[in-house]
Amino acid sequence: MKMIAKALLLALALAAGVCPALAQTSLRMTWYSDGNEGEVMADLLKRFESKNADIKVVLDQVPVNETLPVQLASGQGPDMARVGDMGGLARYMLDLRPYLKNAAYWEANYAPFLAWMRVPGDTSSIPGFMTQLTLTGPFVNKTLFEQAGIAMPDSKATWQEWAKATKEVAAKTGAAFPIAFDRSGHRFFALAISQGATVFNAAGEPAVVDEGFKRAAQLIAEWHKSGIMSKELWGSVAGSAYRGANEEFKNAQAVMYMSGSWQIGQFDKTVGDAFDWVAVPTPCGPANCSGMPGGAALVGIKATRHPAEVARVLDYLASEEIVAEFYARSLFVPGHLGLAAKGVDYKTASPQAKAALKVFSDEVSKLDPLAYRLQGYTSNRIVFNAVISRLGQAVTGEATLDEAYGRITQDIAQQIAERNKK
Amino acid sequence: MSGRRDGVSTDAAQNGPAGTVPAAAIVARPLGALIALPLRLLDAPMRALQRTIGERRMPYVFLAPNAAFFGVFVFLPIAINLWFSVTGGPALFLSERPYVGAGQYGYLFECGSFLDPNSCREDHFWRGVANTAKFTLFQVVAMVAFSLITAVVLNMKIRARGFFRAVYFFPVLLSPVVVALIWKWILQRDGLLNAAITSLGGQKILFFVDPGWAMFWAVLVSVWAHMGFYTLILLAGLQAIPADLYEAAEMDATPRWRVFRRITLPMLWPNMVVVIVLALIKGVQTFDEVFVLTGGGPGTATLMVVQYIYETAFSNQVQNFGLAAAASCVLGVVLFGLTLAQLAASRRRAT
Repeated sequence: MKMIAKALLLALALAAGVCPALAQTSLRMTWYSDGNEGEVMADLLKRFESKNADIKVVLDQVPVNETLPVQLASGQGPDMARVGDMGGLARYMLDLRPYLKNAAYWEANYAPFLAWMRVPGDTSSIPGFMTQLTLTGPFVNKTLFEQAGIAMPDSKATWQEWAKATKEVAAKTGAAFPIAFDRSGHRFFALAISQGATVFNAAGEPAVVDEGFKRAAQLIAEWHKSGIMSKELWGSVAGSAYRGANEEFKNAQAVMYMSGSWQIGQFDKTVGDAFDWVAVPTPCGPANCSGMPGGAALVGIKATRHPAEVARVLDYLASEEIVAEFYARSLFVPGHLGLAAKGVDYKTASPQAKAALKVFSDEVSKLDPLAYRLQGYTSNRIVFNAVISRLGQAVTGEATLDEAYGRITQDIAQQIAERNKK
Repeated sequence: MSGRRDGVSTDAAQNGPAGTVPAAAIVARPLGALIALPLRLLDAPMRALQRTIGERRMPYVFLAPNAAFFGVFVFLPIAINLWFSVTGGPALFLSERPYVGAGQYGYLFECGSFLDPNSCREDHFWRGVANTAKFTLFQVVAMVAFSLITAVVLNMKIRARGFFRAVYFFPVLLSPVVVALIWKWILQRDGLLNAAITSLGGQKILFFVDPGWAMFWAVLVSVWAHMGFYTLILLAGLQAIPADLYEAAEMDATPRWRVFRRITLPMLWPNMVVVIVLALIKGVQTFDEVFVLTGGGPGTATLMVVQYIYETAFSNQVQNFGLAAAASCVLGVVLFGLTLAQLAASRRRAT
């Protein structure tokens, strides 16, 4: 009898241990990283799980989210995902509003960016929060300027003034890239908007090729011809493929690198004290000195079977204390209005990184409303991809600029028509 | 009857000279019986099936599992692809995709002149076609030439022949992505080759910025990576040429070049045809190594058809599955033609 009683007790004890595990909800989060933010997120999720034993979050860290759209279209995919193409994937996002503890907090702090995650016509859903607000802008190798004995242009300098200065520095120091410019339509529009591009017509449809756009495209073409930009970035790959110049900048081969705030963490780590690097305000054009905003959001996915649990995870991660820690440790410009006003204490950043973060934070106020509008436009990637693909061909001499303009207009119209086929 | 005879011979083979049973056989015999058990269980229903449908129809029963496998993993995807090619829109599920008839094909073939990609509506596709044709032509010629030379040399009585045969075959075992990355490190601005050029007093060459160089290296890397496989086919062909033909030629003091032209090449021709056709098919299908090596650039100078299909379907914001499927079908027809040519060549070889 005693044996049976002992066996029963053992079985009960085992069941007691196993039952909570059985009741645990497992969620998957797809995550890509530019720097160390994946490690920070893993750490924060562990903390969340220690306080919420009924939820387990599996963090799937991927190099890029290229397969995510197909996964989502098939009704599969993760419960949460970090996405850069917010507008393009908006139709797959979960409206967290019914599940959130305090939707007013989200609206108060994330409102301007929520619009980027909504499908056209939707003015109220809360699909997620910004894991970072990014701004395009240039990094400069200050040491190369000092070695060349040339003064850096001031904060109101134009693109042409920077082009002239960087070319002189490169000539004196032997740097191969006076200006390295990300091969990205998004980055190109920072230049185009400063040159007066208007992007949309009166009806709100994309009408990309105008005088401002052409001025920017001509600058890119001229810079390639005069050696200020190397064909190795814009000319070396086909289609809409992205190419950055991280390696070139890190190896002190680029005098100025036009990229964005998401690079700060990486440069802080990889450049170290090899040379002095600084972020500088976006150079000016005839219209303004605007860059392009952007960023990435962590969103819930509509197909999830556990919307309430997804909302609990995101509620925790988007809370001011946690998201402040996330921005601070990842060295990101905050995409949270409260923290943007208060300022984030980047404890782990080097003085160079802190200075660069300050420059980018100050740039937010200089953003042109058109830059926000383009970033929030659902089909903005169609525009960016068409532009970079065709200007890439113009740079290599495969097409003239005029031919590229025609193709850009056609490509955008065709892709939008394809998207609208029902 | 035969089973008993086999049993006897197995026993004889397994038993040692003194008639003792080796330890391995003690384990192997019951294990074999155990493994054979499910097969024996199948015996009765198979006999029953044979009685029902007749002996003549039995081959189809054995073909059925493979046919089902091919049906699900080959023919069904082809059918789905065909259906995708006559639909449009961004939706993934066929049920949600609107029927557009031959619209995607019409769009693909909307050209002023097929010889000028710039006059085509979908110029990237036609640039891909032109690049693939150019790449395939150069690659096949170089592949056959280098494979033939290598096979002839490796067939000679040279020192460390086994080692060299392994060395030339080794790249075939590497993943195309690894091959491309290795060569990228060699060819990039600060790569090994440029380091060698500058150390000899030369100027750095930006191989991936010049369309001619980019195509040259795409072909060369492809030849380097796959040559071992074709060399092996030709080597097998060379070894099958009867030695007495060469002996007779030697007795007649026939010059070497004449021996090569009059004996080696004609006898090797069936293998050469197989190599040419296989290299053609491989050339048309090229994607991974060129994509990693050059990204299709500079501009679109090394953009291949398969890269166009991949990017149209997966890389653009509007994933244009319909257009990509139509381009796949066009490519499929070309490959089907080449496969028929290969089959015909194999048959001629067999006869």
